[in-house]
Amino acid sequence: MGKRVGMEVSIAAAEAVKQANVDVISAYPITPQTHIVEHLSEIVANGELDAEFFCVESEHSAMSICIGSEATGARSFTCTSAQGLALMAEMTYIASGLRLPILMIVANRTLSAPLSIWNDHSDTMMIRDCGWIQFFVENGQEVYDHVFISYRVGEDRSVLFPTIINMDGFILSHVIEPIELIDQEKVDKFLPPYQPLYRLHPDQPVTMGAFALPAIFAETKKAQEVALRASLPKILEVWKEFGDLTGRYYHPVETYKAEDAETLLVTMGSIGETASVAVDRMREEGRSVGLVKIRLWRPFPFEALKQATLHAKNLVVIDRAVSVGGPGGPVASEVKAAIYGEPLRPTVYNFIAGISGRDVAPFDFIKMVDKAEIEIEEGKKDGYELYGVRE
Amino acid sequence: MIENLNVFAVRTLTQKEYFAPGHRSCQGCAEALAVRLVCKALGRNIIIAAATGCMEIVSSPLPYTSWRVPWFHCAFENTAAVASGIEVGLKVLMRKGRIPKKKIVTIAMAGDGGTADIGLQALSGALERGHDFIYVCTDNEAYMNTGIQRSSSTPFGASTTTSPAGKMKPGQITWKKNMAAIAAAHSIPYVATACPSYPLDLIQKVRKAADIPGAAYIHILSVCPTGWRSAPDQSIKLGRLAVETGTFPLYEVERGKYHLSIDFPKLKPIKEYLRLQGRFRHLTDEMIEEIQDRIQRDYEILRERSKRGF
Repeated sequence: MGKRVGMEVSIAAAEAVKQANVDVISAYPITPQTHIVEHLSEIVANGELDAEFFCVESEHSAMSICIGSEATGARSFTCTSAQGLALMAEMTYIASGLRLPILMIVANRTLSAPLSIWNDHSDTMMIRDCGWIQFFVENGQEVYDHVFISYRVGEDRSVLFPTIINMDGFILSHVIEPIELIDQEKVDKFLPPYQPLYRLHPDQPVTMGAFALPAIFAETKKAQEVALRASLPKILEVWKEFGDLTGRYYHPVETYKAEDAETLLVTMGSIGETASVAVDRMREEGRSVGLVKIRLWRPFPFEALKQATLHAKNLVVIDRAVSVGGPGGPVASEVKAAIYGEPLRPTVYNFIAGISGRDVAPFDFIKMVDKAEIEIEEGKKDGYELYGVRE
Repeated sequence: MIENLNVFAVRTLTQKEYFAPGHRSCQGCAEALAVRLVCKALGRNIIIAAATGCMEIVSSPLPYTSWRVPWFHCAFENTAAVASGIEVGLKVLMRKGRIPKKKIVTIAMAGDGGTADIGLQALSGALERGHDFIYVCTDNEAYMNTGIQRSSSTPFGASTTTSPAGKMKPGQITWKKNMAAIAAAHSIPYVATACPSYPLDLIQKVRKAADIPGAAYIHILSVCPTGWRSAPDQSIKLGRLAVETGTFPLYEVERGKYHLSIDFPKLKPIKEYLRLQGRFRHLTDEMIEEIQDRIQRDYEILRERSKRGF
């Protein structure tokens, strides 16, 4: 067991970046990501980490610097939120297309308008298809752990993809949690320095970022798609190794009292911990309710999700972002797509809850399950509601 | 200024080509020539970060490449930031002993659109941070790659596809943005203007930029026959006329000190330069006079600065 200390989750994230011996850090301040960069700048200023730190003039440049430095073979890190992520969105697609294993922590925040600094998933859902490995973590420990896991997976020569760790802004970024730190020796063994397959260097000149005509573009895109899907076994393997090292085992989909449940809540991110409290209360009342939490958002864990959900009668999927004018929340869309081909599948009821940091308490989950169960019983097949809106 | 420039240019330059022949640039493209000379000036120990634009599109159709040096294209507006990343990446890897220590020159290359318009913020940020790189703007005075649309670097009076000369408007109605002055305002150690019609001057400036630690900015006028509606065999001549008429003076700003590379006691009339280009064909005598006055005034200011040194 490593040392267990109480610290703010943003500080823990920065400490992990330090322990990962990152070479280049480039970021632009935006609430609620700021504490991570502030602490990293201190770490570099104090000489605790030998890295180049740049607080640049925009998020677009923050990601662009990471793209440039990662292409030379330097382990690179950035973090952002909401509008900042929107500004660098163009670059996220390029980073993955060029197969540069950058790590970015997104302290999830609502995308304007109206302007809001509070937490939901509308920012990261905007770049859902950017081709990065994407995790949604539930607590500070997961943020800390996934810094090492992300670099280890992303830099593997069979993978070579950038990674996003999504952590809920404020709800995670600004709270103090007990974090079990890993000894540096163990980190170094788990995460050796990055050895790129190709790097920008005159000794071995390469062209990176060529343009593709229609005759070859589809083939390159397919190669990217195949490679991102194929990263799943590597992610599982690294999670297993990490578990053996620390005792903390992670899975693409986590379940809680789900095996025999008729109704399953499906969540993503920190809201899962609150949902588990609601599940306990409902179980105490003798109700058959369980919880499924999606940790790996890309590559989407279709098989694991099916295994966790197909036996149930009802799925109550909680989304933290609206697909305005669309079929409901993005998580529900994915869940429906995953189970669509199954002859016997649960009915999905989709709630959008807790957008822009609106609190979602255990009783809210109970109310949502109540409503979904009644309406599905009455024959509703396409339940969808923006929960808790005052009308 | 050296006489018989062509003789010197051929004899003293390396025979090696780093920007390989066979690329797809238009006939008479002086931008391709500028890029070729920049590479020749520095040799193989360089890394180029290129913006989207003509030079990118003519040189890198997957799976082919014209680049015999490491070359990286990311996007349009962020070349200065990408080059910053390359520079710091190399620096930290050398410091940490993960790659051998040696001098590698990082070059950012972008056109006028990628520099004066969409790339200005990233450039300003990079110059302010003081990265040790050379930013080369190859200025052909419009968005030529997308079909001759005006940029903020398009000269007054030029007809482009988005500043067409019509009954109400005489082509571009704004004056060319002075990018070299904007770069110099960042107090970087070295700023220069150059033109491939003066190859030795260009090469010397690129080498100087590489030798001086810190950020350097070189603004290269690159004649574009396609966009300027000029004859491809007139590109070198047009570059010379741009300099000789004072339209595009060649100068350096070294640690804040201005120095005219070539000073002409008497500038050639602007008409000689304008008449070879279809993009100016609609200009009235009054407009030409207005341009002439402005050029004369700007040139005098520059000459004074060069005499004063700041």
